[in-house]
Amino acid sequence: MLIRRPRPGDSAAIQPSQITDEAVYLDRRRLLQAALAAGVTGLGASWPADATSGGAPLTFKPNPAYNVTDPPPNKYEDITTYNNFYEFGIDKSAPASNSERFKPTPWSVTISGEAERTGKFWLEDILKPHALEERVYRMRCVEAWSMVIPWVGVPLGDVLKQFKPTAKAKYVAFKTVMRPSEMPGQKIDVLEWPYVEGLRIDEAMNPLALLAVGLYGKTLPNQNGAPLRLVTPWKYGFKGIKSIVEIRFTERQPPTAWNISAPNEYGFYANVNPQVDHPRWSQARERRIGGGVFAARVPTLMFNGYEKEVASLYQGMDLARNY
Amino acid sequence: MPSAVVVRRYIKPAVFLACLLPLLLLTLHAFNIGGDLGANPVEKIQDTLGQWGLRFLMITLAVTPFRDWFDAPWLVMLRRMLGLYGFFYVLLHFLTWLILDQGMDWQEVLVDVTRRPFITIGFIALLLLIPLAVTSTHGMMRRLGKRWKTLHRLVYPITLLGVWHYWWQVKADIREPLLYLSIVVVLRAWRVWTAMRPRLANRKTAAA
Repeated sequence: MLIRRPRPGDSAAIQPSQITDEAVYLDRRRLLQAALAAGVTGLGASWPADATSGGAPLTFKPNPAYNVTDPPPNKYEDITTYNNFYEFGIDKSAPASNSERFKPTPWSVTISGEAERTGKFWLEDILKPHALEERVYRMRCVEAWSMVIPWVGVPLGDVLKQFKPTAKAKYVAFKTVMRPSEMPGQKIDVLEWPYVEGLRIDEAMNPLALLAVGLYGKTLPNQNGAPLRLVTPWKYGFKGIKSIVEIRFTERQPPTAWNISAPNEYGFYANVNPQVDHPRWSQARERRIGGGVFAARVPTLMFNGYEKEVASLYQGMDLARNY
Repeated sequence: MPSAVVVRRYIKPAVFLACLLPLLLLTLHAFNIGGDLGANPVEKIQDTLGQWGLRFLMITLAVTPFRDWFDAPWLVMLRRMLGLYGFFYVLLHFLTWLILDQGMDWQEVLVDVTRRPFITIGFIALLLLIPLAVTSTHGMMRRLGKRWKTLHRLVYPITLLGVWHYWWQVKADIREPLLYLSIVVVLRAWRVWTAMRPRLANRKTAAA
């Protein structure tokens, strides 16, 4: 469904959830759940449209091909209280405590640039053709700590193909929502807002790239990037842009937030690489969150352990230069 | 103004205990009493100790200006203790990094100290603090005479190294290190100004 961009004072600005009678709305949801319970999952992803602040149950299938078991997944509490999401504040605990006012529903995403199908789409419509799957991925932050996280989402490439990118689409650019009234961190100029990220199209089409909508089987909490975020586990965590409102296919390499902020420290690729240090600190080892006070750092793996899946993307490239 | 006896008997012990509060709080949180250390306890311990080390060094630098501004000469009686607390927290910060964060992996430690400028700076600051702590006793003050004062002026560059060390390890938000830097600059400027004032006054009298 293509949606016209609502303008202020335009009646199209009224969201469907505001005009639907609540009883009907709730009933629709019950019907949807019943349908899902009956096993009609193939018809579409089970995206609960009334997921207001994360934590609504999702229907999904675990994907055994992507299931990190060693170390075991981090606790839900660790994953949701130790976050870098500067839109809600700088401290790791700030996103959990400052994101209450953020409203992840209703949510739409603008698709633009070098593609045949462009426009503004409801998130549920974008997800509808796809079945949600759970993938347990490693996550390595550029600050040299790591977690293991059970995401729920859909492969990014599958979603992108819906919009029929043209031959000119060499890159994919992403943009985070700009809402200073709900995201207090956006009132402080620590980064250029809104946050932007990008991937080369072949990176975006790699089966490992995931658009996540859930965590531990439930919709994403606000502090983890609700309702829609990118997960690229072979890259440093900051590539995983959160609360995405725009996906643009481009011919040229798009700018990325941390690269704008400190180009000598954060590159476009940002692949996890124990041999290429951050100018100020070593990337050779990492601290696993959840290991406790006396756990030693562990060696960081090339491409965060996803060498088999992604190394071919960078064949012949000087990874020390293309950091 | 409180008498020397009051300062020694009541104020000093009270300040001594107050200075232990950050460490006490950290210890309680480590045992999940009244809070916790979050998902990354090592980082939390290390950052908290480092921040308090820097804060105590700045508080020490503030003693003389505060004495002048508030006409409270007794504050000087607390200065040595505050300075030693600065050293104490900096040392604990270093030990946390060495033992808990690096797991005493000496090779990695050596690489970090020699090749990571922000760690090198922090390490130099710690080394420079050692002679100050060692010479903080009355006996040493007597023995060193005038040189004691010269030696202890090192606390300014040391604190600046500490701020620099902090500044260099933050990713984007430099507001707090910037605040620390401003404080050190203001405190130093005050000392320079008060040291110059009599000389300027003398020059004026000489000219007249």
